Amino acid sequence: MEDKTLAQRLHIDIPLLFGSLILCGIGLVVLYSASGQDLNIVLRQAMSMAIALLLMLAIAQLPPEQIERWSLWVYLFGVGLLILVLVAGHVGKGAQRWLDLGLFRFQPSELMKLAVPMVLAWLFASRRLPPTPGPLFVSCLVIVVPVALIAKQPDLGTALLVAAAGFSVLFISGISWRWISTLTIFMALAAPVLWHFMHDYQRRRVWTFLNPEQDPLGAGYHIIQSTIAIGSGGLYGKGWLNGTQSHLEFLPERSTDFIFAVFSEEFGLMGVLLLISIYMFIIIRGLHIAISAQQTYGKLLASALILTFFVYILVNMGMVTGQLPVVGVPLPLISLGGTSVVTLMIAFGILMSVHTHRRMLSE
Amino acid sequence: MPVDFVFKDRAEESRLVKRRVFVAGVIVILLMSLVVLRLVYLQVLKHDHFITLSQNNRVKILPIPPIRGLIYSRDGVLLAENQPAFSLEIIPERVENLDVVIKELAGLISIQEEDINRFHRLLIEKRRFESVPLRYNLDELEVARFSVKKHLFPGVEVIARLYRRYPLKAETSHVIGYVGRIDDTDMSQLDTSNYLGTTHTGKFGVEKAYEDLLHGEVGYQQVEVNAQGRILRILERTPPEPGKNIYLTLDVSLQKVAADALQGKRGAIVAIDPNNGDVLALVSSPSFDPNPFVNGIDTKSYQELLESKATPLINRVLQGKYPPGSSIKPFFGIAALTFGVRQLNQETWCPGWYSLKGSEHRYRDWKKGGHGHMNLKNAITQSCDVYFYSLANDLGITRIHKVLTDFGFGSKTGIDISGEVPGLVPSAECKREVYHQPWFPGETLIAGIGQGSTLVTPIQLATATATLANHGKLISPHNRQVSIYDLSHWNEVINAMIDVVHGDRGTARQSGLNAPYKFAGKTGTAQVIGVAQDEQYKKEEIPEELQDHALFIAFAPADAPKIAVAIIVENGGSGSRSAAPIARQLFDHYLLNQHSDSG
Repeated sequence: MEDKTLAQRLHIDIPLLFGSLILCGIGLVVLYSASGQDLNIVLRQAMSMAIALLLMLAIAQLPPEQIERWSLWVYLFGVGLLILVLVAGHVGKGAQRWLDLGLFRFQPSELMKLAVPMVLAWLFASRRLPPTPGPLFVSCLVIVVPVALIAKQPDLGTALLVAAAGFSVLFISGISWRWISTLTIFMALAAPVLWHFMHDYQRRRVWTFLNPEQDPLGAGYHIIQSTIAIGSGGLYGKGWLNGTQSHLEFLPERSTDFIFAVFSEEFGLMGVLLLISIYMFIIIRGLHIAISAQQTYGKLLASALILTFFVYILVNMGMVTGQLPVVGVPLPLISLGGTSVVTLMIAFGILMSVHTHRRMLSE
Repeated sequence: MPVDFVFKDRAEESRLVKRRVFVAGVIVILLMSLVVLRLVYLQVLKHDHFITLSQNNRVKILPIPPIRGLIYSRDGVLLAENQPAFSLEIIPERVENLDVVIKELAGLISIQEEDINRFHRLLIEKRRFESVPLRYNLDELEVARFSVKKHLFPGVEVIARLYRRYPLKAETSHVIGYVGRIDDTDMSQLDTSNYLGTTHTGKFGVEKAYEDLLHGEVGYQQVEVNAQGRILRILERTPPEPGKNIYLTLDVSLQKVAADALQGKRGAIVAIDPNNGDVLALVSSPSFDPNPFVNGIDTKSYQELLESKATPLINRVLQGKYPPGSSIKPFFGIAALTFGVRQLNQETWCPGWYSLKGSEHRYRDWKKGGHGHMNLKNAITQSCDVYFYSLANDLGITRIHKVLTDFGFGSKTGIDISGEVPGLVPSAECKREVYHQPWFPGETLIAGIGQGSTLVTPIQLATATATLANHGKLISPHNRQVSIYDLSHWNEVINAMIDVVHGDRGTARQSGLNAPYKFAGKTGTAQVIGVAQDEQYKKEEIPEELQDHALFIAFAPADAPKIAVAIIVENGGSGSRSAAPIARQLFDHYLLNQHSDSG
């Protein structure tokens, strides 16, 4: 025990910490440009990041067993809050997502990004892997209920991420490829049903994604302008604060969901490759943590959280580059918005907890 | 969940998870590669395409219309100016429901049905993002009232623009003309690239004739715009070249005298400087105020102008076709001497009528008892018709046609205001070709006193008079000599014309009384209706619009002419009574008020 480093004693994973700190740094730099050099916005985001960092460190102190024990209660608490939101939530930007807690507003759906993989990992960890049909059916319910509640708010982006988190657990837990293909087919069949329940604006987004040029000044505007921003960035970019697309307000949502377009315009392909490298470094580190975890719960949860992190990146970049429909998914740690930063950092905290609480004895 | 004891093969589970994590890692790398490929495609392969698009997004080239040149008179009076005025304009693209917004605006400022109609008319012509004027000439109160509520009307703005204004209004409208909004017909005639951003163009008169000078050259600015089209900064600027200010030959004070003289009458006055063809005064009465035309006159007022019997929109100087009557006689006098048809003192007996050989028909003289023995000089001075019947008969229609054509009748003078008509000089060939009818000798006689089918415009009459004053030098724009005539005879005719105003028996002697200078003139009284053989022309019994036109041509001073005029007062009765006094007024004003040495 004496040979533990300071980092290990503080339950900090250095690569993850540095990776996320660099991302936060990049995020603040880009945000300064994207917000039209509004220092207030940057400071507020930095505050959120600081709080998130503290939360991350706090969570890292908890042993994974503790987290595992809380899993079910966190999940049930989260679903309860989701129902509460539907009944008494705060309506913002046309969607009912917020719960006003006086001091701050809280988005229960964010919690589900953590709670769903937690409860599934808990569910599978105590059983033999791969899961048998019984627990598998339960796990499907566990995923569908919050996803449906979140989609109804409506918040397609978060619903998608929650579903991805849940599905990651299923995938890592080793469900057979037959099950995977069955699920895929089921989802394909569910698409028309989903379409039926979609809001008009959501349907329009899908249409626009399929054919953005048909309405260049209307719904297709976002996608067209963001591809112009990215494409005009070229190899080396236009330079920090010099992105014309973003600064001349051609780019919508440029501080939040479309911040990647600002980044690409100003820093070019080189900058983008660097950013992706950092993301990949964190993902690979996360997968490494998952593999080297001693408990099944830790393995499943860590890999699910890091894969969700990847889905964040994939969906956001795919959307901004015009490869996926526009769903509100932020670019992790770069986009403006405290909630997603907090969630992501807590996830990193869990990863750290999984990694730093390993016991050395069972060698 | 009840937790039963299950046998867990930790090593096996660990391998399973490890495998899956590897698979997930591969999927992650594959999908990330797709994103990278897409980014390479966008940022490297299509970079040129997108950089162009972003430039187009960012940089707009906007035309800067030049400021239109001003128009001054020769005496420096401003005749056409650019005045800033506020207009209320709407950018249709930025307004959701136009009708509602207009209705709300009407609560703040006065918006007439006429404004709304014009707005909708312009709306069709303009593009969605171009601002369309709803109201012109807002007063300060209206501007203030709107400004307070401006935030409630996105896409609606009060814009200060320069608008053309004609301070002398109706007095100069037939010379200056006016500018109006560019329409499709204008667009097809204008250099569109030079008119980007220009809203108005000359429609009539000097404004149209000197459009090229007045308009100037368009300028450009390259501007950086944001997504809303708001200009953020100017990258490059090529300033427009403002239109040239032009000075007219018009003498505004003389123009005023002329306009006053025709006040309340129908008629035309032209005064030109015989030395160079400068138009000194040009009045067509009644006239109209050109200012409402600048931004589109309302239909009702336009209909009134259009349907008015007095035809204020017609420029009589250029478009009025009148029989010249006796005012044509001096020109025949020149012809008589030049062609040797009459000697200077050769007399013709005037019994008060003239008959062709072998015909009973009597062509009457205006003086019932006749003038007695008449030589050329007396015939001009007293305007003896019989002398000129006989002269015309001897000249024949071919030579009459030649004489009139040489003096510029029957063709446009080429004055620099458009809309001129050529009038008509009769000829046997023309009648045969057009009407397939033979020429009758009687028609030659009628032509001899300026009646019949001869039709002249006031500007032609003035130009011909100037030519006479110049001893045959046709003034610009023709600028050619009438060389075939023997110039030694010109003084005889001119002397006769001096006697018309200064001689004891001159028809216009009333107008020449006590003039400190000598001037030469010739009256004319053009019949509007024919009077049958046995009838008397009784003025009282004839409705006004059928009464004679009064004509007078004159130039002064007779020995060194500085001004030549043609005056027509429609249905004014006799030339000596209605038209000649106006000439005296003009001459007095022009020659005695220090204007003699101007120009």
